[in-house]
Amino acid sequence: MRQFYKYFILLFIVTGAGQFPGNLFAQTHPADSSKTKKDTVKTHSLKEVSVRAGRISSRNTSATPVQVLKGAELEKLNSLSVADAIRFFSGVQLKDYGGVGGLKTINVRSLGTNHVAVFYDGVEFGNAQNGQVDLGKFSLDNIEEIALYNGQKSTIFQPAKGFAAGSSIYLVAKQPYFEPGSNSNGKVSLKTGSFGLLNPSLLWQYKLTDNLYGTISTELTHANGRYKFRSTNGVYDTTAVRHNGDIDAQRVEAGLYAKLKDSSSWNAKAYLYNSNRGLPGAVVNNKFDNKQRQKDRDIFVQSAYNKNFGKSYSLMLSAKYSNDHTHYFDPEITTLRGLLENKYDEQELYFSAAGKYRINSFWDVGLSTDYQFNTLNATENDSAQYRFVHPRRNTVLTAAATDLHFKHFSVQASLLGTFVKDLVDTLSAAGKKSKLTPALLFSWQPSADPDFRVRGFYKSIFRLPTFNDLYYTFIGNSFLRPELTKQYDLGITYTKSSDKRSLVYFAIQTDAYYNQVSDKIVAVPGTNLARWTMYNLGKVQIRGLEVNAQTTWKLPADIYLNTGISYTYQKAIDVTDKTDFNYRQQIPYTPVNSGSVLIGAEWRKLAFNYSYIYTGERYDSKANIPENYVQPWYTHDISFSYTTRYNKHKLKLTAEVNNIFNQDYDVILNFPMPKRNYRFTISSGF
Amino acid sequence: MKNIKHQIFYLLPACLLLVYSSCRKDVSPIKEVVTPVTPPTDTTVDPIKGFYLLNEGNMGSNKASLDYFDYTKGQYHKNIYGELNPEITKSLGDVGNDIGIYGNKVYVVINVSNKVEVLNAKTGKRITQVDIANCRYVTFHNGKAYVSAYLGVVGDPKAPNGAVDEIDTTTLQITRKVTVGRQPEEMAIVGEKLYVANSGGYSPPNYERTVSVIDLASFTEIKKIDVAINLDRVKADKYGDIYVTSRGDYYDIPSKLFVIDTKTDAVKKEFDFGVSNLWIDDDIAYMYSYQFSYKTGKNTTTYSMLNVKDETVLNTKFITDGTDALIKVPYGIAVNPVTKEVLVTDAKDYVTPGVVYDFDPSGKKKWQAITGDIPGHFAFAY
Repeated sequence: MRQFYKYFILLFIVTGAGQFPGNLFAQTHPADSSKTKKDTVKTHSLKEVSVRAGRISSRNTSATPVQVLKGAELEKLNSLSVADAIRFFSGVQLKDYGGVGGLKTINVRSLGTNHVAVFYDGVEFGNAQNGQVDLGKFSLDNIEEIALYNGQKSTIFQPAKGFAAGSSIYLVAKQPYFEPGSNSNGKVSLKTGSFGLLNPSLLWQYKLTDNLYGTISTELTHANGRYKFRSTNGVYDTTAVRHNGDIDAQRVEAGLYAKLKDSSSWNAKAYLYNSNRGLPGAVVNNKFDNKQRQKDRDIFVQSAYNKNFGKSYSLMLSAKYSNDHTHYFDPEITTLRGLLENKYDEQELYFSAAGKYRINSFWDVGLSTDYQFNTLNATENDSAQYRFVHPRRNTVLTAAATDLHFKHFSVQASLLGTFVKDLVDTLSAAGKKSKLTPALLFSWQPSADPDFRVRGFYKSIFRLPTFNDLYYTFIGNSFLRPELTKQYDLGITYTKSSDKRSLVYFAIQTDAYYNQVSDKIVAVPGTNLARWTMYNLGKVQIRGLEVNAQTTWKLPADIYLNTGISYTYQKAIDVTDKTDFNYRQQIPYTPVNSGSVLIGAEWRKLAFNYSYIYTGERYDSKANIPENYVQPWYTHDISFSYTTRYNKHKLKLTAEVNNIFNQDYDVILNFPMPKRNYRFTISSGF
Repeated sequence: MKNIKHQIFYLLPACLLLVYSSCRKDVSPIKEVVTPVTPPTDTTVDPIKGFYLLNEGNMGSNKASLDYFDYTKGQYHKNIYGELNPEITKSLGDVGNDIGIYGNKVYVVINVSNKVEVLNAKTGKRITQVDIANCRYVTFHNGKAYVSAYLGVVGDPKAPNGAVDEIDTTTLQITRKVTVGRQPEEMAIVGEKLYVANSGGYSPPNYERTVSVIDLASFTEIKKIDVAINLDRVKADKYGDIYVTSRGDYYDIPSKLFVIDTKTDAVKKEFDFGVSNLWIDDDIAYMYSYQFSYKTGKNTTTYSMLNVKDETVLNTKFITDGTDALIKVPYGIAVNPVTKEVLVTDAKDYVTPGVVYDFDPSGKKKWQAITGDIPGHFAFAY
C-alpha cells in the first residue's frame, strides 16, 4: 500500500510542476454547455472555447468542492450508466453489484448512501422507501452533464432541497440546440457487446417555434447479463458463468423548453422507465445461481419556471409528481398464497419556490420553500402486507440564505429548517420532527492572481429515517431519530491556461476534510437472523484528503492530449463504543487509498481514451480481520473512436475494451465483477 | 523536440502506476487462529475431548465458519475449516444453522448453501456433502440422521410445506423423506417418534401452531399436536417430555415455553415467559430469552433455569459474576455434561466476531474466546 501511495505523491509532484498533460473533464460553466458542444469533430474550436471558459469554471470559484463530467468528455468515457462515470470522481465509493442490471449506489466521503441526493434537471429523485437511488438505472444516453457537489451547490438561488443533503449529484439532460437555419436534429445510436447487450437509442430535438423546443429521448436496453467470473483462495480455483443478471429496460423521455416574451423560461419533462431484471444474488458455496426477479416502473412529470423581475429579483418555481412501482418475485419462498411476490407503490408530490433578491452589488439574499408529500403502499401476493402501516409523510423545507461577494472574498451562509410529519394506520408514527441546520461557505482569492483560490465550508445536515427504517414489518423502529452529519472542508484551487504554450490548460483542486456521523441508523439483530431492528447507534469519524488535477496539451501534428487524475485518502473509523471489537477500525467498504487516471488523445478523426481506476484494500465487514479482507482492484479500460461524415451525417464508431488485464474482483463481497469485456457503439447525428 | 521529451518524462508516473498494478497480494486460505484460554482439563475426569462451535455468518456473506475448543490442551481454534479443507470452493458456505456429532462424523447444516456438510469428527476433514435445499436442523437416531428443511419442494407455488429427510449415516445417502408442516425448525426424538416444530414463518400472520409427530418405523406423520404459533426449539428431557418454544408474533402474542408429554402426545404444561434458546442437561434446562418490544423500542435479555424433573422454575442463575451485562445478544447455549460448565455465545451485532464464554457451575466466568460471526451452535466431541 505504501508503495502505491508513493507513486501518487510522485505523480502530484509532477503535476504540481504544472506539466503533466491532460484535461478530460470539461471546464465550461454549466450555462455555456450547449454553446460549446456544437460538434465534436470541430475539436480545435471546442478546446479553445472550453479552455477559455475554464477560467471562470464553477469548479474554481465554487466554495464547495465540485467535480464535473460533461459533453464530449462524458461521451468518451467507457461508461454505460451514470454510475460508471461517477467512479472517476474523488471521494466516491460506488457500490456495484455487477453487470448491466446490478444495483449501483454511491457513498460520498463515507457519510453513507442515504446522504447523497440525486437531482435531474434541478429536481430531486426521491426514494422515501429506502433513501437510495440506483444510479445504474440512468443511462448516459440523454445526459449532458454530471456534477458532484460536496456539501451543497455553491449558490443561494436553488430549491430548499438543494440545501438538504450531505452531498448532491446534479444530472443535466441534453438541452436542445440547433445549428443556424436548422429546426430539427437528432441522434441514433446502437451499442452492443459483452453480456448480450443490445442498446438502441434515439434522441430527437425539434424547434416548434422560435421560442418553443421539444425533445424526445428513448432507448431500449437488453442484456442476458452473463459473464465469466473466477473465484479462488489459491488452492481451489473455480471459473463459472454469472446467471440471472438479465435485464430488459425501456426509457422514454419527452421535454418542452420555452422562452417566454418577458425573458422568463419554462420547461416540462415527462419520464417513463420500465424494466424487468433478474437479481443475480450472492455467489456462495454450493449456490451460484439465484432466481429472484424485480420489475420496476417509474413515471414522473416535472416542470420548472424561471423569471427575473428587473435586475434585483429572481424567482424559480418547480413541481413534480412521481409514481414508482416495484415488483419483487422470489420463487424460493413458498407462502400459503403461492410463491412470494411483493409489490410496492410509492408516490411523491413536490412543489418548490425559490427567490433571490439582490440588495446591492455585493449582497444577495435568498429564500426557498419546498413542500413534499410521500406515500408508500405494499402488498404481498396481492393482499395487504402483514402489519404494513401505509406511511404518509409531509415534509416542509425552508431555507434562508445570504451571499456576500467582494472582489477577493465571498461568503455564503444558509439555514435550513426541516419540518416532517408522518402518518400511519396502526402502531405509532414517528410523529413530528423539526430541525434547523446551518451551512457556511467561503471562497477567497488571497493574491492578485485570480487563478489561485482558497475555499472551505462547514455544514451540518441529517438524513431522515426512511419508511423502511421506521415502519418495515418486523424490522422498523418508529423510535428512530434522524442520522446527523457534520462536514468541515478546506481546499485550494489553482488554474492556469495559455493559448501560447503546449500546455494550454492546467487545473488542480485539493481538499482536506473532516466529517462526523452520529446517531447513525444501523440494523441490529433481534431474536434471530431474520429479525433485525433499526437503531440509532453508530458514530463515525472521517478524515480525508482529495486531489484532482486536469490538464490539456496541444501538441504538434494536431494532437490534443488530455489527462485527469484523482486521488482520495480516507480514514473513516468507527467510534461507536470503546468496548467494540472494531473500535477505531476502518468502516466497511472504505479503502484508505483510491484514485483514477484518465488519458485522452485526439488526432483529427481519431480519438483514443484510456482510464484506470484503483480501489485499495478494504474490509467487507466491520472487523478489520483476514476473514473480511477484500483485495484491491484496479481496472484498465481503453476505447478508440472514429468520427466521419457520411452523406452529410456525422457518423461515429467506438470500440471499448474494459478490464483489459482481465482482473477478477468483487466490489461487493460475493458479487463478482466481469472479466475483460467489450462494447461497440455506432451513432449518427441527423 | 522539447515537447516530446517532456511527454516521455511526464508519462513516466502513469507507467509506474501500471507497474504497481501487479502488486496484489496472493490469496491463500484463511488460517486458523489458536489461542490458549484455560489450563488443560484432566481427561481422566472429563472424557470429552472438545467441542465444535458453528458460527452462522450473515446471510450472503458466505462466512459460516467452524471453531473447535480442545479441552485436552485448553486451546481455542478459531476458523478451522478453511485450512483443513482448502480445496472446497467457497469454503464452508452461507449461514450455518445447526451442527451435530453422531459416531465419528460431524454433520454441519448450511442453510443457504443447501447442504449438510459431513466431516470426520477426529480430523475435521470433509468426507462429503448431502444436498438438501433450505435445510435447518439435524438430529440422530439409530444409525440415521434427520434433517428438517423449510420447503419439501422449492419453486412449487402449491407446496408451502416443509419436510424431514432421513440420511443413512453409513452410506451418507438420503433414504426417506416425509412432508411435515410449514417451515419446520428443530427436532427431538423420544422412543421411536420424531417431534418437529412447525413455524409457518413464510406466511405471517398465518403461522403454524403444531408439532408434527413422525413415526420413525413407517416414516409418516401420525399426529399434529396443537401448541401455539410460530414454534421454534424442541428439546427432550430424560423423563419422556419435550420442551417446545413458541416465538409468538413479535408484536402482541408473546413468546412462551410449552411441555409436551410424549406418552399422551399432548401439551401438559405452559410457562408464561419467553425462551429464545435452551439446553437440557440432566435435570436442568438452561435458558435465555432475548426479545424486542415495540412498546419501548428496546431489547431485554433474561437468563433462567428450570428443573425438568418436576417442571419448576429455579431461582438460581448460571451467570452470577455480572458477565451477563457484557453479553449483547445471547445466541447459543450448551452445557458440558461432565463438568456442568455452561457455554454461552454473544453474537453482538451479527456482523462482527462474537464471543464464547465458559462459566463454571457456580456461574463465574472461567474463560472466553473470540469466535467467528454469529456463534450459535455447539456439538461435543468424545
